[in-house]
Formats: sequence, structure tokens, C-alpha cells
Amino acid sequence: MSTLDDHILVLNNVTKRFGGLVAVDDVSLSIKRGEIFALIGPNGAGKTTLFNNVTGLFKPTSGHVILNGKDITGSKPHEVARLGIARTFQNIRLFDYMTCVDNVRVGRHVRMHAKLWDGLFKLPAERREEERVTEEAMDLLRFVGIARQANQYARNLPYGQQRRLEIARALATEPKLLLLDEPAAGFTPQEKVELMALVRKILDRGVTVWLIEHDMKVVMGISERIVVLDHGEKIAEGPPEEVRTDPRVIEAYLGKSA
Amino acid sequence: MRNRVAAPPRSVWARLHLRERIRDRDTAIYGVLLLVALVFPAITLYTTDGSTYLIAVAGHAGTYVLLAIGLNVVVGFAGLLDLGYAAFFAIGAYTYALFASQQLLASPIHHAYHFPFWLMMFVGLLIAASAGAVLGFPTLRLRGDYLAIVTLGFGEIVPQVFQNFDQWTGGINAIGGIDQPTLPAWVTGPWAGADSISIVAPFSFSFDPIAYYVLIFILVSVAIVLVNNLQRSRLGRAWMAIREDEVAAAAMGINTVTTKLLAFAIGASFSGFAGAYYGASFGLVSPDDFLFIVSITVLVMIVLGGMGNIPGVIVGAVTIYFILNWFLPLLPPAVESLASSIGLGSLNSRAGDWPGLGNETQNVTLLLFGLILVTMMLLRPQGIFPSRIREQELKHATAQEDEAAIEQAHA
Repeated sequence: MSTLDDHILVLNNVTKRFGGLVAVDDVSLSIKRGEIFALIGPNGAGKTTLFNNVTGLFKPTSGHVILNGKDITGSKPHEVARLGIARTFQNIRLFDYMTCVDNVRVGRHVRMHAKLWDGLFKLPAERREEERVTEEAMDLLRFVGIARQANQYARNLPYGQQRRLEIARALATEPKLLLLDEPAAGFTPQEKVELMALVRKILDRGVTVWLIEHDMKVVMGISERIVVLDHGEKIAEGPPEEVRTDPRVIEAYLGKSA
Repeated sequence: MRNRVAAPPRSVWARLHLRERIRDRDTAIYGVLLLVALVFPAITLYTTDGSTYLIAVAGHAGTYVLLAIGLNVVVGFAGLLDLGYAAFFAIGAYTYALFASQQLLASPIHHAYHFPFWLMMFVGLLIAASAGAVLGFPTLRLRGDYLAIVTLGFGEIVPQVFQNFDQWTGGINAIGGIDQPTLPAWVTGPWAGADSISIVAPFSFSFDPIAYYVLIFILVSVAIVLVNNLQRSRLGRAWMAIREDEVAAAAMGINTVTTKLLAFAIGASFSGFAGAYYGASFGLVSPDDFLFIVSITVLVMIVLGGMGNIPGVIVGAVTIYFILNWFLPLLPPAVESLASSIGLGSLNSRAGDWPGLGNETQNVTLLLFGLILVTMMLLRPQGIFPSRIREQELKHATAQEDEAAIEQAHA
């Protein structure tokens, strides 16, 4: 049995209710350090809601979110980011009218030290930090392969590059755990292959990856463990081969056979 | 040892990168503004035979430049629509007026304070900034229109408070006899009515437009440098991120609460500065000076100048101020003399229902102002010198509308 130390994130009986609707129903799971963990399930299963509960956008109605052994339930989004969880969004949420490099520099915000006075008077330490952050941002743009677009507005990038930029921005916060919400949505088969390679590269940086994905090829191809949600409930958990043949999973996706 | 060939020393000129800088539009605008600001007093003194009237107008325009720079932080950078900005201006002005006049002698504390201007300028700044944070607090959860309404309310409350606490503020009677700033020494000369250039020590501003002009020039210059620094700092980027997408900004680790409060506080602090200057330069502060129209005028200045872009905002403020306080008041007499000179002088006199050409022009000046605004916005909807961002946004918005129109036409 694995000890608690192996787990970067543990969810204990997380439930989220919106009025009468139970969006996430008593979900418990744990993510091991350094793995690629996938969350799948039909539309409306509560996958993104679960992400929102982890990243502080929602406060769970009950249950606990534990990061590195520390209870972070109900922390504010910016606190969660500081503690080491970064995310991307299902419907890309970039800062449209900021350049790519500025988008990534905003991601560095939480790891920067400049105070109001430093910025106001452009003190030498602030200048040095700005220079360093710009270099780091460029490195990240290179890492995801869009360095040439550094000075373009995020809005003007093609769709696939916007997804990459969002990943670069999330990585800029130096996360220990990266949450990717449908990173391959709308991708061509070629782009999906490239994305899988990118996710593995992210893993090599020592970042644990938790992704929501609909595309089974992507999910089966890169993830080591999968949790399946349906109607907010966890219905299966395990390695891809096991989950693929689980009758409850097949039922959730294809409906009950008559 | 080998002789090393020394690199030719780069001249100061080369190091300034003047050529590249002039090609950059904003730097060019700053250059022109600086030049105009420096040459303007000399030219007006020379052409108007020593009249300092226009310099006084320019000094007051400077107050609005400060206000516009401050409001631009809130509205242009952080995207928080503030319709009550005049409140902070009032707070700055009253802070100085109360503690630098005989006013508090008649108040329940029976003691008049006369703190120096230079100190009160910063006190006004701090108090206005605190007021900005206080106003910011209840508005944190609000966005767009809702935020605008709350700030509008604040902007209505503050002048009312100053009016109704008349035991302290003199209410509608205003506070007069406000102290003039003093300096240990200053240079005087023919421009100030003296016979020759000499040093006055100590020197009181005593409503000398040129002294005030120099002061506001320095204040505005400092404000420009500081706000430019802020825009290109960690905080400036955080403001922009919040303007673009608050949820994403929070997810990237930006504390949206403190960042928004800082926008309100820093924006307000500029108007606190401006308020102290205003109180001193007019020597009179009345609740009527800070009505809704002031907030709206400053907002018009930044929208028209180019929201989010500091040089644009400055040009907008100066333009609007001169239209309102110099061009429009000058119009009736100008129209009258034009009528006389082309033989239509009879129009100038009152006859029956006709109030006379001068009065009639007077009646339509605000209509004219409206027409000027509408025309300018039609010609340059993105503002006179927009930030690159606004330009893009507007292009996208119109392109999307065009697409929608085409789709509708085909539907």
C-alpha cells in the first residue's frame, strides 16, 4: 500500500450541491506524485465542477481537498495557485488583449516579489526581476513551441496555439500539480499527438498532471490511472485497460443495453 | 600584451536612441507635449503683452490632467468603471482647505490650522487613497454597470456631506482664504511684473499663475513617470489581467481583492494631489466644484483621449479643458464682433424675442460642446491616441458586427 506521502492531492468525500442539484457526489480520489491522472465521464458528469472545487472557484459543500498533506478546502483561487495548483480552462480563458509574453508574465505574478513601491519607482531590484521574468516567460513560450508569437495578442493566435499558451501561462506559476481541462478539444489527430508529447514533457519537469479529456485515444495513450465520473459520482477507477472494459463505464457512455 | 582596439565611445546622442524613440508614437507625443508645455508660457506672455490669463487657464487644465491620469488607472488599466471620481478630488481639496485656512476656527474645535501646502499635498493624497480603498471595498463583488452605479452614489454622497456638515466645512458658503504655498526662495522677473530678474526669499505663490504653472508642470511630470512605471510593473500587468478576465487572473495567483483596491486607492491618490493644488490655486473650495459633471468630464477626457494610453489621456484632458473653459466662453464675443465686421451688427442687439446674437450663442455653447464630442467620437471612436489594445478591441468588435450583419442579411 502506498503511504500518504506518495500522494500530491487527495480528495475526501467531496460533494458540491447547487440548490437541489448534486453536481459532485461524494467523490474521493488520490493522485500520486509524478503521474498522469485522467478524469473522464459523459457531458455534465461534473468533471469541470470538480476542478473548480479543487482550484477554489467553488467551495465544496462537504468533503476535503488535501494538497501535500495540507487541507486546502475552501481556499481562494489565488491561494490555491500559490500553493502549487495551476489550471487551464475548458473554454480557453486567456488575457485576449495582452501579448503572449505578457500572458505568461502574469502567470509569474505569484512567484514575483516586487511591491507597489518597487514598481512605482522602478527600483533596480524590480528591473532585474522584470528582466528575469521576461526571460523565463520566453523560455516557457519556447517550451510549448510558440516563442515566435511572443509579441502577438493572445486573441490573434490560432486555436491550437492558444491552448499551448494557456498551458505555458499555467506552468509559469510553477505548479506542482497541473489541471488540464480538455486540452485536446477541437484538435486534429496530428495536434493531439503533439499535445501528448507536450504533456509528457511537462511530466519530465516534475509536474504532476491531472487532465479531463473526452478523446479516448489521448486518455488511453498517456494516462496511468483514470477515474470515471457519471452524474457526479465516481463509478470506476483504475488503469486504462481496466476502465475501458468496466461494464459500468460502458453503460455510462453508451447507455444500458435493453 | 596585445593592444586592444578600444570601441569608439558612444556619444550621448547615440545612447539616447532618439531615432527609434521618435518612431514610437507615444514617445513622440510626450516630446511634443513637453515642448509645448515649456514654450507655451513664453509665447503667451510675448503675444498677449504680459497677460498671464492663458497661463492660469493652463494651470487649471493641469489639475484635470492629473485627474485624468488618476481615473485612467481605475478605468483604463483595471477596467473598473468609476462614475464618482470627483469625490476623491473633493476629499483632497477639502483636506487642504480645512487645514490651511481660518475655517476650523468657527468649527466646534475652535482652532484654525495652517499646515504647509507641501505637507498637506501628501496628506490629501493619503486620505484620498484611503477613501478610494473604502469605496472599493463594497464594490469588489460588482462589475460593469453595477459598479458604475455604486461609484455614482459615492460621488453624490461626498459633496453632500461636505455641504451638510456646515459646522465644519461652511457648507454652501464654501471655504475661502485658503493659504498659498510658500517656498524659501524663488526667482522673479519681468514676467511676474518685477523690473528685473531677482531672487525673492521667502516666496509666496499668492495666486501667481506662473508659479502655479511650474508647480502643476512638475506634479504632472512626476505623475506621468510614476504611472508609466506602474503600467509596466507586476501590479500594472495584474490590473490588465483583471480587466481581461477576472477568473483567469485569480487562477493565476492574482489576489483580485487587493489588486482592485490598489487600483481604486492609487487612482484616488492622484485626485487627492489634484485637490490640494486646486484648493490652493483658486483659494476657494465649495461643494459645487465637485458635482457629477466633474466626474463625467474627466471620464469624457480619458475616453476621448484614448482610454488606457497615458499620452492620449493627457491630450484628451487638455483638449476638453480648453474647449470648455477657453474656446466656448470666447465664442459669444467672437461671434458678435464677426457679425459687426460683416455688416450684420444689428443682430447683436436685443429685439423682441431675439436675445441678441451674443446671448443666443451663449445659449447654444453646450449644444456645440455636445456636437464637438459626437463629431470627435465619430471621427476617432478609439480616442485621439488610443492604446494599441483599444484599437484592436474596436476593430474586432466592428468586424464581428459586420459579420453578424452579413449573416442576418443572408438569413
